Amino acid sequence: MIVAQAAGDPRFFRWDWVWGHLDLIGAKVLEHLVLTGIALGVGLAVSFALALVGLRFPRTYQPITWVTGLLYTIPSLALFAFLVPVTGFTTLTAEIGLVSYTLLILIRNIVAGVQGIDPAVRESALGMGYGRRRLFIEIELPLALPVILAGLRIAAVTTIGLVTVTALIGKGGVGFFILRGLNRFFDTEIVLGTALSVLLAVAVDLVLVTTERWLTPWSRTRGAG
Amino acid sequence: MGFFADLGRWFLENWSGDAGWLVRIWQHVEVSAVAVVAAVLVALPLGAWLGHTGRGGLAVVSVVNIGRAMPSFGILALALPFTIWLADTVWFIDNGLGFAPTFVALFALALPPVFTNTWAGIRGVDPEIVEAARGMGFTGRRLLRDVEFPLALPVILTGVRVTAVQVVATATLGALVGYGGLGRYIIDGFATQDDVRIVAGALLVAALSVLTEAMFSLVERRVVSPGLGIERQTTVPTPETRFRNGEHPEAVLS
Amino acid sequence: MPEPMISLEGVTKVFPGSAAPAVDNLTLEVAAGEVAVLVGHSGCGKTTTLKMINRLIDPTSGRITVAGEDVMTVPAPELRRRIGYVIQQIGLFPHRTIADNIATVPRLLGWDRTRIDERTDELIALVDLDPALRNRYPRELSGGQRQRAGVARALAADPPVLLMDEPFGAVDPIVRSRLQDELLDLQRRLHKTIVLVTHDIDEAIKLGDRVAILQVGGVLAQHDSPAAILRDPAGPFVEEFLGSDRGIKRLSLMPIRDVPLEPGPVVSRAADPEEARAAMARYGVDWFGILDDGNLEGWAWAADLEQGPIASLPARSFRVRLGYDDSLRDALDTVITSHTGVAPVFDGERFVGMLTAEAISRELAR
Repeated sequence: MIVAQAAGDPRFFRWDWVWGHLDLIGAKVLEHLVLTGIALGVGLAVSFALALVGLRFPRTYQPITWVTGLLYTIPSLALFAFLVPVTGFTTLTAEIGLVSYTLLILIRNIVAGVQGIDPAVRESALGMGYGRRRLFIEIELPLALPVILAGLRIAAVTTIGLVTVTALIGKGGVGFFILRGLNRFFDTEIVLGTALSVLLAVAVDLVLVTTERWLTPWSRTRGAG
Repeated sequence: MGFFADLGRWFLENWSGDAGWLVRIWQHVEVSAVAVVAAVLVALPLGAWLGHTGRGGLAVVSVVNIGRAMPSFGILALALPFTIWLADTVWFIDNGLGFAPTFVALFALALPPVFTNTWAGIRGVDPEIVEAARGMGFTGRRLLRDVEFPLALPVILTGVRVTAVQVVATATLGALVGYGGLGRYIIDGFATQDDVRIVAGALLVAALSVLTEAMFSLVERRVVSPGLGIERQTTVPTPETRFRNGEHPEAVLS
Repeated sequence: MPEPMISLEGVTKVFPGSAAPAVDNLTLEVAAGEVAVLVGHSGCGKTTTLKMINRLIDPTSGRITVAGEDVMTVPAPELRRRIGYVIQQIGLFPHRTIADNIATVPRLLGWDRTRIDERTDELIALVDLDPALRNRYPRELSGGQRQRAGVARALAADPPVLLMDEPFGAVDPIVRSRLQDELLDLQRRLHKTIVLVTHDIDEAIKLGDRVAILQVGGVLAQHDSPAAILRDPAGPFVEEFLGSDRGIKRLSLMPIRDVPLEPGPVVSRAADPEEARAAMARYGVDWFGILDDGNLEGWAWAADLEQGPIASLPARSFRVRLGYDDSLRDALDTVITSHTGVAPVFDGERFVGMLTAEAISRELAR
């Protein structure tokens, strides 16, 4: 039996097992990144649409946060469970769940980012003849960027953690190792899966921080000269 | 309509007994409650004291970042080898499965948000008020107990609420390490491809989570000094000011 | 009268949810090349009025024209690109460099790159900004520098009309005074039609060719030149708004040129002491001025006459010399603070007469 074989090994973490399964590890890391990327991409698109509605029609903002807040409160496994009878053990199920969790964070940060812009900047832009659309794209969006990216960072880190749970519906990225390790009482896989998830979160966060610095040169103060 | 009829029947037929949903709810609540209470007992005094003395800023930032990057599923899975080892070593634990790993994981999960919100809440008290209190002769523990703590209470309670909801959500995964609770229905349903059981379990879990959120919100409103007046969520919160230093991003999700 | 550049006819603005109008049936004309100042307490509708001109706020009723064109017939963004706009907080775009900020409207208008660059350099020089700041971001500038950049941005597409909402409200008094002088200097060169809103009556008097004083509820209390308003305030509201030092404020607007001067207690080198004593008696002073060939050399005390003939007396020099273009306020200052009691006035180097305190108060009473 597999369980007995794995559990029988006294060592907590077997590097040799890791070296022997680099291909699988690579594939799962990639899957993890793809699942995360799609979730964030779709989440960002949906959040932008809903945030725009919320900004344009302030009355709708509260219902929007109420619904997305409810989605956020429902545990991930329950959300997947609701979807499984309809969409099965598919990537679609995983993504619907993952996207749902990004919405509240992203919408709040987009709206807060846009509303946090100095009213004088908006007034002067309108006063000089900016139209609504251009104002949003050229002025409001870049100025809200730091807050939006802060939200994206939280959403990214959260999503990377949640992707591991999708192992239960046959996906999971590096969560695959956690679940299999759990089923086989094989500690190496549990540790590996968890560590990889943390590493991915840290790496993606770093990438986003760097991106933010690169995208918002105006928030850096130059030295004298 | 067949599915919903089946669902209704499931609830009628499965409420009693050791595997009935009443018992499962109780199991779910039990391990969650014990974990949250234990975490509050440990993290709240620690966070309050460090916040009071102004130390531990770096620790808080690290705890937040690591806490957020750690997948709860991973924590739960890691708890299993730990409790199995513990059961082998310590005589009064006879079984490393079920309650023990679930509790350990939830406890570990609950510590960071309670700690950071308490710390940030105490640190966030208006320094002028603290100075005025010191001027009137408050010192050390009395200052913390009578001035800083009540003023920090909204933030602390928010931390506890966020924590409780997260713990209830993660307790669902306890089924994977041999615990009961409501996750059982979903995991077993997945294994047997029993859609009715899956959805029934999901409904119960979702309801329990929403209820937890609602209950703690209610407590927050009741407990906090009316002078502080918890603002209702009519205005958009400004998260950028709240986690400018990456100090307590949990609050953004309050 | 020529066609006004801006005209408001019976303009009323009632904000939704408020019973009282913010601006009530306001009729106002601003001539081309004029600096019109809207002044009043907060809540008097002055900013609302300004924003109705560039349609940041649409009037409830009434008609506003700019250069003869009804503003409601032009799409708002298009209208605004033809009107410069400066606000108190300036509202520079934090994510764009100073050059890019200045280039905002030309870019909206679709100018080509080289033309924009040239215009930007021109404007940086015009408002006296350090060209090294060209590629800096707004946060790296001081308050005064930001203000200049804001004015440059508003002038970028050379709009005939400039709207300014408390443009100097956010800078400290010393910088404010300098920026006001610079605006006047700029205006002498550019001849824009400027509508400026302020709550500061001194600023209004200093900058305005004509000043419109608004009462709460957007009612026009008086619209006239600063001098006329100070001379004849239309009712107790305006009088109180102008403050208790209205007379002093008026003096600052009156040039010495307009006041009849007196010869003063002045005698020539050749005069004998008796002539000097008679001149001093006429003015009730104990000193006299000494003219040499029509040139005012200086002055001497009555007691100096004991020392010898006037021809040989050393002339003490006047500490302050007033010119025709100085204001009566400067003259009054001289009369009060110098021990001479009267102030000599020169046209260039030529002595033209003496100004007395009596003459100043007589002028105020006219």
